[in-house]
Amino acid sequence: MSNILARLEQVNRTYQKGKETVEVLHKLDLEIPEGDFVAIMGPSGSGKTTLLNLLGGLDKPTAGTVTVGGAELSSMSNSQLSNWRSNHVGFIFQFYNLLPVLTAHRNVELPLLLTSFSSKERAKRASIALDIVGLADRAKHYPRELSGGQEQRVAIARAIVSDPSLLLCDEPTGDLDRDTADEILRLLQVLNKDHGKTIVMVTHDAQAAEFAKRILHCDKGTLEAMEAA
Amino acid sequence: MRGLQQVLAVTSLNLRNLPQRIGSSVVAVVGVAAVVLVFAAVLSMAKGFERTMISAGSDDTAIIMRSGSTSELNSGISNEQVLIVADAPGVLKDGDDSVISAELYVVVDVRKRTSNTDANVPFRGIQRGAFDVRNNVSLIEGRMFEEGKNEIVVGRSAQQEFLGLETGSTIRFGQSEWTIVGAFEAEGSVSESELWTDVRVLQGAYRRGNSFQSVRVRLQSENSLETLAAALENDPRFDPDVMTEKEYYSGQAEPMTRFIKTIGYPLTILMAIGAVFGALNSMYSSVSVRGKEIATLRALGFGPMSVLISTMVESTLLAFVGGALGGAVAFLVFNGFQVSTLNGASFSQVVFDFAVTADLLVDGLYVALIIGAFGGLFPAIRAARLPVAQALREL
Amino acid sequence: MKYFRLIWKNAWRKKIRTSLTILSVFVAFLLFALLSGIGYAFKGGVDVADADRLIIIHKVSLINMLPISYENRVASTDGVESVTHATWFGGYYQDTRNQFPQFPVVPQSYFDMYPEFDIPDGQFEAFKRNRTGAVVGQELADTYGWKVGDRIPIQATIWSRADGGRTWEFELEGIFSSDDPRGSTALLLFQYDYFEEARAFAKGTVGWYILRVEKGADPVQVAKAVDALFENSPAETKTSTEAAFAQSFMKQYGNIALIVTLILGAVFFTLLLVSGNTMSQSVRERISELAVLKTLGFTDRSVLGIVLSESILIMLMGGLLGLGLGWVIIQGAAQNMAGFLPGIFLSPGAIAAAFAMMIGAGILAGIFPALKAMRLSIIDALARA
Repeated sequence: MSNILARLEQVNRTYQKGKETVEVLHKLDLEIPEGDFVAIMGPSGSGKTTLLNLLGGLDKPTAGTVTVGGAELSSMSNSQLSNWRSNHVGFIFQFYNLLPVLTAHRNVELPLLLTSFSSKERAKRASIALDIVGLADRAKHYPRELSGGQEQRVAIARAIVSDPSLLLCDEPTGDLDRDTADEILRLLQVLNKDHGKTIVMVTHDAQAAEFAKRILHCDKGTLEAMEAA
Repeated sequence: MRGLQQVLAVTSLNLRNLPQRIGSSVVAVVGVAAVVLVFAAVLSMAKGFERTMISAGSDDTAIIMRSGSTSELNSGISNEQVLIVADAPGVLKDGDDSVISAELYVVVDVRKRTSNTDANVPFRGIQRGAFDVRNNVSLIEGRMFEEGKNEIVVGRSAQQEFLGLETGSTIRFGQSEWTIVGAFEAEGSVSESELWTDVRVLQGAYRRGNSFQSVRVRLQSENSLETLAAALENDPRFDPDVMTEKEYYSGQAEPMTRFIKTIGYPLTILMAIGAVFGALNSMYSSVSVRGKEIATLRALGFGPMSVLISTMVESTLLAFVGGALGGAVAFLVFNGFQVSTLNGASFSQVVFDFAVTADLLVDGLYVALIIGAFGGLFPAIRAARLPVAQALREL
Repeated sequence: MKYFRLIWKNAWRKKIRTSLTILSVFVAFLLFALLSGIGYAFKGGVDVADADRLIIIHKVSLINMLPISYENRVASTDGVESVTHATWFGGYYQDTRNQFPQFPVVPQSYFDMYPEFDIPDGQFEAFKRNRTGAVVGQELADTYGWKVGDRIPIQATIWSRADGGRTWEFELEGIFSSDDPRGSTALLLFQYDYFEEARAFAKGTVGWYILRVEKGADPVQVAKAVDALFENSPAETKTSTEAAFAQSFMKQYGNIALIVTLILGAVFFTLLLVSGNTMSQSVRERISELAVLKTLGFTDRSVLGIVLSESILIMLMGGLLGLGLGWVIIQGAAQNMAGFLPGIFLSPGAIAAAFAMMIGAGILAGIFPALKAMRLSIIDALARA
């Protein structure tokens, strides 16, 4: 059995909404081994995005612990989390979230500005990442000059450029047509199988979920396994 | 819908949702207000100075000085020449006596209240006729000085602006001591910035023998000036400049007012250019925020002209509000504010008020409207030309 | 630094908006430069005043003349190294609008007193030899296009001639310059001997004296000693340092510095509103982008820094342009408008202040949007998008 990369133990996440207290996650346990590709499905408001945020250090649990790659995220300060994120996790969003003022190449390079690599080194790594996602020829294009699928691939290149072990995807194909979505999902599979990236993907699309190794169902703040893909 | 109705409809819709664009609207208004405020404030100095100087001058008083003098200070008139003037045609007579005052002034140092440094104040020696050759002078405090004594009456503005000029106090100039026995007012004119005493006493104190600098006479009628001037200029014993007092003071006011205007107008233009940039910024932002609304209106059939005009109206209205605001602040804060400055021509202080006059405020509004027009034109054209289909697609 | 590209690209997101903002900054700093220059002129040359020179005037006022006999008595006073004199001539050239200072002086002792004036030896010798000769400052020569050898007629307003005329004609023997750019050379100097001989009245008097204090002597004490010499005489004196004299004279015009400050205050208040508005719009538009930067690992502080840098960058771009143009205009004005406002100068202090204001204004305009960017919650921002 491979190592456990990410672990949530007895995690609660509650919010104050005015006078009401909303409990989004309740006593949640989750183990994600290295090299896993897990899809999390569930209705909106079920807490699946919160789960992703916790794994990525964007949010902290109200109770319980979150450990990723040996680091206990739940006890880290904001600046420590920032630092951790830049090295250990890559995000992929539904709406790509590329910076419109930068070219594809510069967008991919962005996370590397936080490192001490020289400008040449940064450029090289960004080119490699773009290569992996098959967009080397679009390096100098601006996001508005790219199709949705191409933008998402640039976003993926950005997510992997600092070589994180964990990729967190929030509805990565939500805005794409069927064919393009399949391309993206296949790319994710390549990253998982050939490059050893552990991937956690939140999606409401059952067909997208099929691309993962296993599917979990998130409802009312708890998780249930479904049959393996 | 007919053209005018369209324009009105779009314009009123535009203005009604102005509160949504409150940020950039406020910026445009304040920008214009600042320009008009500075414009009104600076030029009100020129107006105030000019008014103070000119109101001293009367049309039915002639002033006679040595030819070529740029001011009384540079002039020199002998006693004989004064007598020639007194007997000249055109001079008003009160019974047997001419209404005349031969005068001389020196400049003395008095401490200015606001800066606590010394300033040059005119110390004028006058004759009995001084109050009669002037239109607007009256004693308001104490009494008139006695002839032959070291006594002074001070102008009200001088009293306010400088230290130590209260009625009853004494003041020392050089070797001699003088007592202030009263104060006079002169409807705010430059005479109020002066100290007056008996001309004989002044001549003695400053070793001027029997010489004067200027002679003022009341004219018999409006047309007497030519008669008087002709008579005096043809007299071989005399080489005078003869003019109305009003003309003289206009000339005295000119250098300073010209200086202030030479600085004030370019300053305003430069600030206005800055305000145009600010207004353009606000209006472009306004147009972009209204993008969907404009596209929808266009899709519904409203013509581009109505969109253009509504944008221009917004821009000019904001500018107008700014102009009114700036003018109002200028008026409330500066109007009537008393200051004094050195009049190079007379080398002495002139006390005056900032005068934020109605025509200045109107000029300010013109400036504001020009800024509004320029600031709105290009954005208005852009709004009118907005590609409708594209804007709707982005909804 | 490596974030520059990001900051630059973000600054120019909306080209028209940024350009207009930069233009607003440009106008503000152009005004700053011009008004500083004018304000400096109204300091009356205080900065270039020599600490060792004292000015002696008639105690009653500058207008009154002093006897020439005072010169020797002042020269023999303790602590006085040298003494010379000058008088206000107060004429104009061709038109009453062309008024600039003209002084009758004793050439050698005057130029000795003012070593900052440079003049070619040949020209100076010619001036000393010519009774009706004159020298002018470079600024004046530039303004009126005078060359050595020109005849310059000056119309007197005060000093009529003994022969009845009012026109004094001089031959231009030389042009002098000042080695200090702050000092004004809008000045015409001619021979005191000629003045004394040809003037109609007040013979044997001068306008004021200038004395140089001996090295090591206390100027204040020397001033007191000089004034004590003439106390209770018909012409009492008031002696002060050159700086104090210049300052008290200029103060008569009013508190120009205050007026300039108030105007600039209005200008910069407006500027802050414009740039503040631009920055807050700029941040509002890219909340999600800023959130993404944070997900990538940019700290809250670095996001604050990125936004502030953008604001400062815009200020620097417009400010440098405005300051630069202002400097050019003032250089031109100093040379060509010497009669109008002598001594107009953009001081290093003003330039330093301008830079400080560019940075300060950049921070003030950007601080609220930057704080908003710093504090924004990644989750909320992304959820909204």
